[in-house]
Amino acid sequence: MTVESGAATTAALTLNQPAPDTPDQAGEFIQLLTPEGERIDHPDYPLDLSAADIRSMYQDLVLVRTIDTVAISLQRQGELGIWASLLGQEAAQIGSGRALSPQDMVFPTYREHGVAWCRGIDPVKLLQLYRGVSHGGWDPAEHKFHLYTIVIGAQTLHATGYAMGIQRDGAVGGDQAEAVIAYFGDGATSQGDVNEAFVWASVFNAPVVFFCQNNQWAISEPLEKQSRIPLYQRARGFGFPGLRVDGNDVLACYAVTQKALQAAREGQGPTFIEAFTYRMGAHTTTDDPTRYRLASELEVWKLKDPIERVRAYLVRTGLAEPEFFAGVDAEAKQVGARVREACRTMPDPPPLAIFDHVYAEPTAILRAERQQYAAYLDSFEQEGAR
Amino acid sequence: MTTLTLAKALNAGLRKALENDPKVLIMGEDVGKLGGVFRITDGLQKDFGEARVIDTPLAESGIVGTAIGLALRGYRPVCEIQFDGFVYPAADQIISQLAKMRYRSRGQLSLPVVIRIPCGGGIGAVEHHSESPEAIFAHTAGLRVVACGHAADAFAMIQQSISSDDPVIFFEPKRRYWDKGEVDAANGVAAALPLDRAKVALEGTDVTLLTYGPLVRTCLESALAARGDGRSIEVVDLRSLSPLDMDTIGASVRKTGRCVVAHEAPVYAGLGAEIATRITEQCFYQLEAPVLRVGGFATPYPPSRLEDYYLPDLDRILDAVDRTFGY
Repeated sequence: MTVESGAATTAALTLNQPAPDTPDQAGEFIQLLTPEGERIDHPDYPLDLSAADIRSMYQDLVLVRTIDTVAISLQRQGELGIWASLLGQEAAQIGSGRALSPQDMVFPTYREHGVAWCRGIDPVKLLQLYRGVSHGGWDPAEHKFHLYTIVIGAQTLHATGYAMGIQRDGAVGGDQAEAVIAYFGDGATSQGDVNEAFVWASVFNAPVVFFCQNNQWAISEPLEKQSRIPLYQRARGFGFPGLRVDGNDVLACYAVTQKALQAAREGQGPTFIEAFTYRMGAHTTTDDPTRYRLASELEVWKLKDPIERVRAYLVRTGLAEPEFFAGVDAEAKQVGARVREACRTMPDPPPLAIFDHVYAEPTAILRAERQQYAAYLDSFEQEGAR
Repeated sequence: MTTLTLAKALNAGLRKALENDPKVLIMGEDVGKLGGVFRITDGLQKDFGEARVIDTPLAESGIVGTAIGLALRGYRPVCEIQFDGFVYPAADQIISQLAKMRYRSRGQLSLPVVIRIPCGGGIGAVEHHSESPEAIFAHTAGLRVVACGHAADAFAMIQQSISSDDPVIFFEPKRRYWDKGEVDAANGVAAALPLDRAKVALEGTDVTLLTYGPLVRTCLESALAARGDGRSIEVVDLRSLSPLDMDTIGASVRKTGRCVVAHEAPVYAGLGAEIATRITEQCFYQLEAPVLRVGGFATPYPPSRLEDYYLPDLDRILDAVDRTFGY
């Protein structure tokens, strides 16, 4: 594009500036555990968790970070084609994931390894997609955790439609009420599908929680390329509540998600949760964040680490002994070793699996292609045998 | 037998589907009180309620995307896209989500979603209201693509599509909505031809004319006109565009030795190309002439005052038929 005059250049630059009255993007958020590990109360989110619950949350946080670290190594060693790291987002995922009831349904992006963990999915199954042996890898019905969706934001409409199905099944209100949670990132909020999902959820009052992990970066684009106002404030324009939570605070993420899910189950419709967090790693293993962000930014966020604050809290309050932490570390080692080994020994599917499950029943054209290709492959084996 | 317009036959078929299966839903823009801009869903919301016949917000991706979610929950949504040229905002949801979910899940998830699209030209409409995008969807593995050409097929095929466990793109020839035909509305669809089968609409011996949707009638009229010249044309209504019924197509071409494929969509990289190639591969020694194609030009759809020049008509079809005798 050529710029015709100096005035045009100025105008273009001005368009990229935040609106003058834009509030600080960090701003206020709901927090129950400070980065220093200090427990604070919030009038709207009383939290009654036992010491065992918090220890268990800590354990989950450590384990999913370990799995993530192992997966990054596996990619570096050529065992995975790519990996989308959740580093820094553990609290947002474990907090919201543990707030789910068994009957609730999850629609994840491709980065929700922590939520998958909460839904009881073996992390080895997550690796199948990234190793290239499957486009999916688990039974969505068994875990009530849909397959990873790679096209940004597309799953928010699936979540909303599923929630409309819950309404039609009469599963809103009552003991067995169900809700849906849709995960997506800050970049996705610019997608048409996400905005359409907001419109649908709003006008149909669908029992869905929109959980946005604002990790500040959509690959190389910072939040200000997506929005001139804090993301959670957008919900108001769609007609449902939006709130911002400290996405690095597992207790706050748990509390706000639980409340939003309960509201959805009771028929109060959707809620938008902006979990304010930070992508401490690269977008994926193919990305190089040094090209677009300063190392000092990461240093600031390291001080807000989602795991360290829970550890600090447990230590300070005496709710966990050194043996507990040693036990978690040992378990992490064990899980990591198992994931590593299972990935390395994961077999490729047979070539003819290419043709499976395109339709409920294979079409004549598919059957013919499969047969011809099988004969072609066989011809090599026969040649080799001679 | 009842005489119904194609539009009323679709309406009757949708009504049957809603009656027979409580999981069937209808969703789209203006499908409720208005009954759709072509009145295909006329009266259905009144009889089946707003929870089953859903007036949606105005966004095609939203319609298909939420239909996918409803299907994951066990429903069988039938989406109406108001006009052919409005389907593209839903392209990601159709091509990347709907078509691929079964494959992605290795057979664990099935999405029985029907997407109804009024297609084709001939109604004097403005831009985006006269297109024939079937090749885009036929090119997408995981979708079934069908086109009805007359009332009886409209009634049966819409019900078969809704019963299908695969997603179906259902093309309706909008300029034929008001064509009347005999429909066996009292009986179910058990006796109907399977959804993936082509049908010999008119038997002939000299040349095979393959077509679908709005051009079925045009081709039948062409065949009748050609009789005056002593030429016997066999008209095959493909009905299913993906998968193609190559058995029926091949049998006809092997019998006649000549073949013309006619569709409204542009010839370039259109369905005719795929069909002609397969015929050449499978019927090479029975062919007396190359398979010829008649269709839209390699242009966008023209302004409507020119559409009679653009759309294949009786003369252009018979011109192509004549040319197959020139080899």
